[in-house]
Amino acid sequence: MSTPVKERQQARVTKDRPLLELENIGKSYGNVNALRGVSLNVRAGEVTCVLGDNGAGKSTLIKIVSGLHDYTDGVMRLNGIERRFNSPRVAQAAGIATVYQDLALAPLMSVWRNFFLGNEIHKGLLRTLDIDTMKEIAGSELEKMGIVIPDLDRPVGSLSGGQRQCIAIARAIYFGAKVIILDEPTAALGVKQSGVVLKYIVKARDAGLGVIFITHNPHHAYLVGNHFIVLKLGRVVLDAHRDELTLDQLTGEMAGGQELAELSHELRTADPSKVVEPHTVEHGGVPAPELSQDEIVVAGTDAKEDA
Amino acid sequence: MASAAHVVGDDRVQTRSPLAIFLGMPAVGALIGAVAVAALFLAFAPAFRNVSAIGTIAYQASTIGIMAVFVAMLMIGGEFDLSTGVAVTTSGLTAAHTSWYLGLNVWGGVLLALVVSLSIGAFNGFLLHKTGLPSFLVTLGSYFVLQGINLAVTRIVTGGVSSNTIRDMDGWDSAKAVFASTYQLGPVAIKTPVIIWVVVTAILAWVLLRTKVGNWVFAVGGDAKAARAVGVPVVATKIGLFMGTGFAAWLVGMHMLFEYNNVQSGQGLGNEFIYIIAAVIGGCLLTGGYGSILGAAVGALIYGMTQLGISYAGWDVDWLKTFLGVMLIGAVLVNMYVKRKADAR
Repeated sequence: MSTPVKERQQARVTKDRPLLELENIGKSYGNVNALRGVSLNVRAGEVTCVLGDNGAGKSTLIKIVSGLHDYTDGVMRLNGIERRFNSPRVAQAAGIATVYQDLALAPLMSVWRNFFLGNEIHKGLLRTLDIDTMKEIAGSELEKMGIVIPDLDRPVGSLSGGQRQCIAIARAIYFGAKVIILDEPTAALGVKQSGVVLKYIVKARDAGLGVIFITHNPHHAYLVGNHFIVLKLGRVVLDAHRDELTLDQLTGEMAGGQELAELSHELRTADPSKVVEPHTVEHGGVPAPELSQDEIVVAGTDAKEDA
Repeated sequence: MASAAHVVGDDRVQTRSPLAIFLGMPAVGALIGAVAVAALFLAFAPAFRNVSAIGTIAYQASTIGIMAVFVAMLMIGGEFDLSTGVAVTTSGLTAAHTSWYLGLNVWGGVLLALVVSLSIGAFNGFLLHKTGLPSFLVTLGSYFVLQGINLAVTRIVTGGVSSNTIRDMDGWDSAKAVFASTYQLGPVAIKTPVIIWVVVTAILAWVLLRTKVGNWVFAVGGDAKAARAVGVPVVATKIGLFMGTGFAAWLVGMHMLFEYNNVQSGQGLGNEFIYIIAAVIGGCLLTGGYGSILGAAVGALIYGMTQLGISYAGWDVDWLKTFLGVMLIGAVLVNMYVKRKADAR
């Protein structure tokens, strides 16, 4: 327990030097250049937002940093030392934790098993799992972050999306991550749940971690970000500190600036109040499937049972 | 502070009653099934009520059960092994042929068989990893390969379809004592595999629920990508699980060899499905990530009771497989039903 705290304090001291530096990183799959000349600095106690549309190269970038892929060009430095991660385990050992949107936790496993997956605590000669300690730690760590899960034996699959993200974030923080990468943590969440996750991003930042927040939502990014990188077609098109940027600029840049202007022009010419006459839509002559009387009755009773 | 947080927290989730927790266990369907089958045959088969029948039933169950608990472990880890039935025969034949052909001490053959069995498992796992094919296909391939090897090599070595007897060779007596003894416990005769079955069930259940490796097994079966992302060695875990079924094939194969003095090269076909049935009756999901070692052992017990019960009751033994099929579907339905009820509680 004492080591991570010490490291965090050290991280605060060296706030000016980036924890993680990417310099002209490139990644090509055969003849496809997924990523070209991407430079990025992650500082302790800062949230670095990486924005971009679908296919902009965000996923490739995080896969390189989290050790799922190797890079083909450029240099990645962690604490000033050049590094290559050939597996997620190596990246984790180096203090880089990744919270994936969809593949963070095993749904059928209980909360405490997921929390300690890959970092199990054991005791005694036979290296038996210390279940009581693990449950206690998982419970108190989650409570610290404001998530209350009364039954830690519940499978993670039965929790809400926001709770799952928060468990994954709490886990990364507890296991001494120095850099935490969040892959679209708010993409599948409602407004309130997104707010909860954003609060944890701030908590992680305040704990002295370097946070990389991947998103395609500029509103969420602007709420918590210190530094913004916008990717497009595998290149960095914007690299700006919060002071140099307004939300509108960020949104514009993210949506592609000029492209957005053209799109809004195009949409403006289409009269939104106009309604297409039904008969102008050509019907294929295929009737919609009809339900038999039985099916309708069954559907009705089912609904009653559920209620 | 903590209790206050609990109150203001999410009040939609209440703690579950012990009954709901019991009913939510994966093995509960198998337990219900075991009680039902026992009751059925206690009522209809007079010989079943005899105390000495316990030893016979346990023996029947154990030769399936040793394998079934390892197969259950593998299935919880998200994979299948269709080569287990013939792998048992391969193991027995390896020990018999190498001892006889090379004139080794029997123990030399036994150890060689262990190496071969573990290698087959490791190779299955390795092939799965390298090709990325479903384990169903990979092990279906090794099933046919091993079946052919069993027949062909036996023909080459002995010119027949069964291994030559190695009874008169050095080490036979001590190896037989280890793998195929009978201990009398009052009226009940306990054979070696019964003891092995109980021991491996206990060890595997402990490994699955109380060790780091068990946590990894659940994780690689439930969501291999998530497991890899948090640093679980997915490939090593899966190869280890396949080597586990190889080890079980060796245990059973050695018993068969020393119990019956020789091994028929065509033996073991179809048993792989009985192991899988026992595991599924015991609550394993075909999709991985969920299941019970104890449940698989109970599943094997159901098989043993059914096999003997049908003949004790004087019914036609030809119906055994039909009965098993009905049991399989029934147990899965009971498992699903009970699980849904327990979750809703």
